[in-house]
Amino acid sequence: MFEISVDKFKESNIFETTELFDFLVVGGGPAGLNAALYARRKGLKVGVLTPEVGGQLHNTSEVDNYIGIQNIKGGALSDAFLKHTLELEVPIKTGHFVIKIDKVDERFEVTLDNQQVFYAKTLLYATGGSPRKLDIPGEEQYANIGVSYCTTCDAPFFKNEHVIVSGGGNSAAESVIDLAAWASKITVVHRSQWRADQILLDQHKKIPNLTVHLETQLKEVYGDGLRMKGVKAFDKVNQKEIDIPADGLFIEIGTIPKSDLIQHLAETNEQGEVIVDRDQMTSCPGLFSAGDVTTQPYKQIIISAGEGATAALAATNYIIHHS
Amino acid sequence: MEKLLNEDVSKQIKDYLSPMKNNITLVLFTEGDCQTCKETQQLLLEVSQLSDKITVVEKDLKSPEAKEYDISLTPSFVILNDEGVYQGVKFNGIPAGHEINSFLSALMDMSGHDFGFDPSVKARLDKLTRKINIKVFVTLSCPHCPPAVSNAHRLAMSHPMIEGEMIEAQTFPEISNQFNVSGVPKIIIDGTRELVGNQPIEAFLKEIEALA
Ligand SMILES: Cc1cc2nc3c(=O)[nH]c(=O)nc-3n(C[C@H](O)[C@H](O)[C@H](O)COP(=O)(O)OP(=O)(O)OC[C@H]3O[C@@H](n4cnc5c(N)ncnc54)[C@H](O)[C@@H]3O)c2cc1C
Repeated sequence: MFEISVDKFKESNIFETTELFDFLVVGGGPAGLNAALYARRKGLKVGVLTPEVGGQLHNTSEVDNYIGIQNIKGGALSDAFLKHTLELEVPIKTGHFVIKIDKVDERFEVTLDNQQVFYAKTLLYATGGSPRKLDIPGEEQYANIGVSYCTTCDAPFFKNEHVIVSGGGNSAAESVIDLAAWASKITVVHRSQWRADQILLDQHKKIPNLTVHLETQLKEVYGDGLRMKGVKAFDKVNQKEIDIPADGLFIEIGTIPKSDLIQHLAETNEQGEVIVDRDQMTSCPGLFSAGDVTTQPYKQIIISAGEGATAALAATNYIIHHS
Repeated sequence: MEKLLNEDVSKQIKDYLSPMKNNITLVLFTEGDCQTCKETQQLLLEVSQLSDKITVVEKDLKSPEAKEYDISLTPSFVILNDEGVYQGVKFNGIPAGHEINSFLSALMDMSGHDFGFDPSVKARLDKLTRKINIKVFVTLSCPHCPPAVSNAHRLAMSHPMIEGEMIEAQTFPEISNQFNVSGVPKIIIDGTRELVGNQPIEAFLKEIEALA
């Protein structure tokens, strides 16, 4: 009933000094927090810079694929990560975005939106992603007046209404399950086949009034100017246009990597994902990256956390060999 | 009624509120057995028991205070500073779920905790010649909403010309429909200008300046 996430800790005064960090982490999601934990255990001088703690965990209603922890709310898992990190006294600075990252004389210079600057020998970039858009006509016009990118936030507005879910991965499959508590009718429209876990798809069998259009491409969102009224799509199997009147469209088609701050330092792929090696190091020596912002194709909590661990251990080695 | 805040949550809130500086007053407005009025009253009372700096006062819609603070919905409450002055910080509907965070932040901020606004924010608001109202529509299951509410409240605390109010959309469907809300957070400035999603202070300031 209460999802407390306000800062429950005093900020470390390490952020008031101009000390050189060994390992500075940008991003407080699963990747960043686990990296900080590992680095701290190694004895590195570490700090985390992030506007908030938990990242996309807060968009998730239930997590059931983090081994050892069954059926936990995303917010509660974030709390558990934070608690463990704070027990090791990892300094975390929240409330501000990093706006600039540079490498000057073998040191990383990181600037916050309040103009504070920090310096580090190595840096982990773990800023995750933001919701990906369909980029179809009408999507922007009807954003927040029918089109939504956050099921947990907006599902209550669609009580007894017909909603469409776009996507075929786990987050789309979970969105269907969350919406079933509110909507009277759900239609999934996805351009290819399901990629979601079978265990989630099995739960769909219990949902009445669920229709699934696979191999169907969304083309347009339409409405009356005030509210969205439906979508047009193309059924690739039957090679025909279809029109689906609906009150809402939940878009769950993955994330766009937030790699803009290091594009000038490190190589990225066509999608903007940061390219890393087995040590999670980018093409820029000393600059590591982990989690959803990287080219790693399976965007998951445990994988992001694991990549954070690799980065911290590899950075420890890097520092030993470069000082 | 059973307690709303269990032992664990009470302890977290107590710890969080322990650095509060000045006394503050919550003025709650209810009407009969309106939806979530009882729960809101209970929440405020339970939270006030976790800090000796918080006083709760209850009033009804016909009281002069309701007029003074421009209250039209119930439940509603405002937070007054240590001098008993209304600084434009208002909540309409119960701040439960994720919204507990904007509530706790507002308590800390009103008690004198520095929320780190640049002095230029006040200077920019000084150009205002009339009052500007900021409404932030939320749902209790929205993780991105509390920062938007806190921004509106902090702007209100920074300048007497600004009022910031949280509106829980499900408790108040009428006003939510009036502003065509079906996605949150939705921010309405001065009843006309609209911001969608959690926005930085700069975005609020730009909209406000466009009205000045
Ligand atoms: C609806 C939904 C459901 C999901 N369900 C599951 C599930 O059940 N199981 C599972 O394993 N995975 C799930 N995922 C995926 C999982 O949440 C992500 O893979 C994981 O959170 C990625 O972690 P991350 O640390 O790389 O990035 P994120 O979680 O995105 O965290 C990024 C962090 O960086 C911070 N940041 C961003 N920009 C800046 C900046 N400029 N400066 C400083 N900090 C910045 C953010 O505030 C945030 O703290 C789900 C995702 C969604 C959206």
